[in-house]
Amino acid sequence: MKKTVFLGALTVAALAAGAAGAATLDDVKARGKLNCGVSTGLTGFSFPDASGEWQGFDVAMCRAVAAAVLGDPKAVEFVPTTGKTRFTALASGEIDMLARNTTWTLSRDADLKFTFTGVNYYDGQGFMVPKALGVTSAKELDGATVCIQTGTTTELNLADFFRANNMEYEPVPIETNAEAQQQFLAGACDVYTTDASGLAATRATFENPKDYVILPEIISKEPLGPLVRQGDDQWADVVRWTENALVAAEELGITSANVKDLASAPGDNPEINRMLGTEGDLGAMLGLSKDWAVNAIAAGGNYGELFEKNIGENTPIGLARGLNALWTNGGLQYAPPFR
Amino acid sequence: MTTISDPPAESFKLSMLFYDTRYRAITFQIIALIAFLTLFGWLYMNTAHNLHELGKDPSFGFLFQPAGYDINQTLIEYNNQDTHLRAAFVGLLNTLLVAALGCITATVIGVLVGVLRLSKNWLVARLMTVYVETFRNVPVLMWIILAMAILIEALPPPSAFRGNDPSSSMLLFDSIALTNRGVYIPEPLFSRPLGNINVFGAFDISIELLAIIVVLGGSIWVAKRIGRRADAEQNKTGLRPRTWPVQTAVIILPIVALLAGLGFHLGLPHLKGFNFDGGTHLRNSLIALWLALSLYTAAFIAEIVRAGIMAISKGQTEAAAALGLRSNRIMSLVILPQALRVIIPPLISQYLNLTKNSSLAIAVGYMDITGTLMGITLNQTGRELETVLLGMIVYLAISLLISGAMNIYNNRVKLVER
Repeated sequence: MKKTVFLGALTVAALAAGAAGAATLDDVKARGKLNCGVSTGLTGFSFPDASGEWQGFDVAMCRAVAAAVLGDPKAVEFVPTTGKTRFTALASGEIDMLARNTTWTLSRDADLKFTFTGVNYYDGQGFMVPKALGVTSAKELDGATVCIQTGTTTELNLADFFRANNMEYEPVPIETNAEAQQQFLAGACDVYTTDASGLAATRATFENPKDYVILPEIISKEPLGPLVRQGDDQWADVVRWTENALVAAEELGITSANVKDLASAPGDNPEINRMLGTEGDLGAMLGLSKDWAVNAIAAGGNYGELFEKNIGENTPIGLARGLNALWTNGGLQYAPPFR
Repeated sequence: MTTISDPPAESFKLSMLFYDTRYRAITFQIIALIAFLTLFGWLYMNTAHNLHELGKDPSFGFLFQPAGYDINQTLIEYNNQDTHLRAAFVGLLNTLLVAALGCITATVIGVLVGVLRLSKNWLVARLMTVYVETFRNVPVLMWIILAMAILIEALPPPSAFRGNDPSSSMLLFDSIALTNRGVYIPEPLFSRPLGNINVFGAFDISIELLAIIVVLGGSIWVAKRIGRRADAEQNKTGLRPRTWPVQTAVIILPIVALLAGLGFHLGLPHLKGFNFDGGTHLRNSLIALWLALSLYTAAFIAEIVRAGIMAISKGQTEAAAALGLRSNRIMSLVILPQALRVIIPPLISQYLNLTKNSSLAIAVGYMDITGTLMGITLNQTGRELETVLLGMIVYLAISLLISGAMNIYNNRVKLVER
């Protein structure tokens, strides 16, 4: 009897593992659709809008890849994943790429066998508290009850932070961002901790966002980026260079408005010409069409446009560019040359 | 002289495996077994091969690495530098805790409701029917989430107890605090503790607790001996000596003396910093899970109890009444002992269901074995196969233990056939 149970579990794993490992690019082209893993709902990053259409910064990344590969930014099947299910979904082949504010760490890269294709948002873990609590620094949180999404790096950072500062806390593990909001707003926890961008996004949905403050301490480095399965380098290149194209487009002044004009005929800037396929054929090297970058940029705009539209200072989330400014503006966003 | 010639001994031919009914059944069983083993062998090889391709050869080494995460409710000492194995053990104890609490409460509520459903009082019987039908027919996950939502939204946060004119106050002489983070109740403390015994270098068992158990057990045993001697006396002389004052004294005096010696007192919860400090903290996640699981399972147990009672023929009641027994004596001496034989086997599976349903704990953030081993540990280490297999073995072992224990009990109460 025990044996049957044991082997039953293996069956599931066998079927799951069987799906992985193939050439993802060919699969996506054959399917005509990109399966993209996103979060179950985080305003600004990935959330279904009133008409059921997925919107957000991470969603735009999926759409750009779909546009580069298939020529159609709408050819995406969004798969909502929780902090717990995301890696299994990717490893099993259920999704082709994961764009779900996932932190790039060594163990995920090496031990979980994934390839991070870049960093689309440099983040760090922060704390949000009600203003009424009168707390001004995370160092004052000794004894606090902390709501935390389980299955994330934030859980480990939190443990490290409180241990390093010799403070105690009571963790309240929670499955999704929505449940965390409910508990935090009801006062069942004093503090909500996650990536600072996530805190800003969550606060934007509160009835009275002004009653809550994000503490100044950022306790970790959280480079968030899309990831794919390890071992399929061609597919990893496609995702990596789509992202690079968006960053390079901002640097070169290519926007969703002017990309069609620039791509219609070779211009003065050879790098723009190479990227947009009017000179040479970089797309073929990636296994894509000549106008792959044009499609990717036209899908939603360059990196700067996506940022401003989804999470920038003029949105309810109101995040400053900060570390995510272009390297030419003192930030960290930098694309290797297109040649 | 007559010769009896045996029929010529039939030589065995291979075709007989199929055409001879004596062998055919066995042949097919062997073929089925081989096919079965081949199938699972193939699945096993395929899994092992694919995992190897992914570079994820199964290994349980991760269990001995530091877990790195904190758990709120720990019945044994635990901090984030302990191993994943210990974290799993903390989760296992939490599972056992909520399962044990749930089974006890569900049985009490279930028996009560089951009996009341047969009540002659129309209102009581209908109310119990409504209870049973609503709880039985809604998935238990909804009840768990509902219980948690009510606890969070209805009860005040600890900050409501603060200030000069607090909007909430503690109950029972400031000893119990109901908050939306859980219930804080007084905790037993000893001012002259005896220390701990370390078992296997892994767990500490407090000597006070052991002493209390030993003393209580001893006094109950002595009290029973006194009762048995009184029985013998009664059988011999027909008169029962008055034993209850001695029995009560035997049970109460030693434990009071022990507690006084240990310096027993209650630690009351009080506001400190963000939360209440001191006292025992029953977290909302535990209460919600416990409440929902008990109420849900009790609805099933009520039906089992009702069925058990109704299975006893009416003649038994009438016969007992004819002998002059009063109705409560009829229930406890005649009906229930017989009904138990019908009740216990299905009751075992309800206990198993409750224990397995407790794996829904993550819905309210209760850190049971599913939350620690198959939740956070799985996530941080990426060892899906190993953790899920371990989790399945754990649940299997718990279930087999429960049904083993209940079967022993069942054998004791079942009808002795002579």
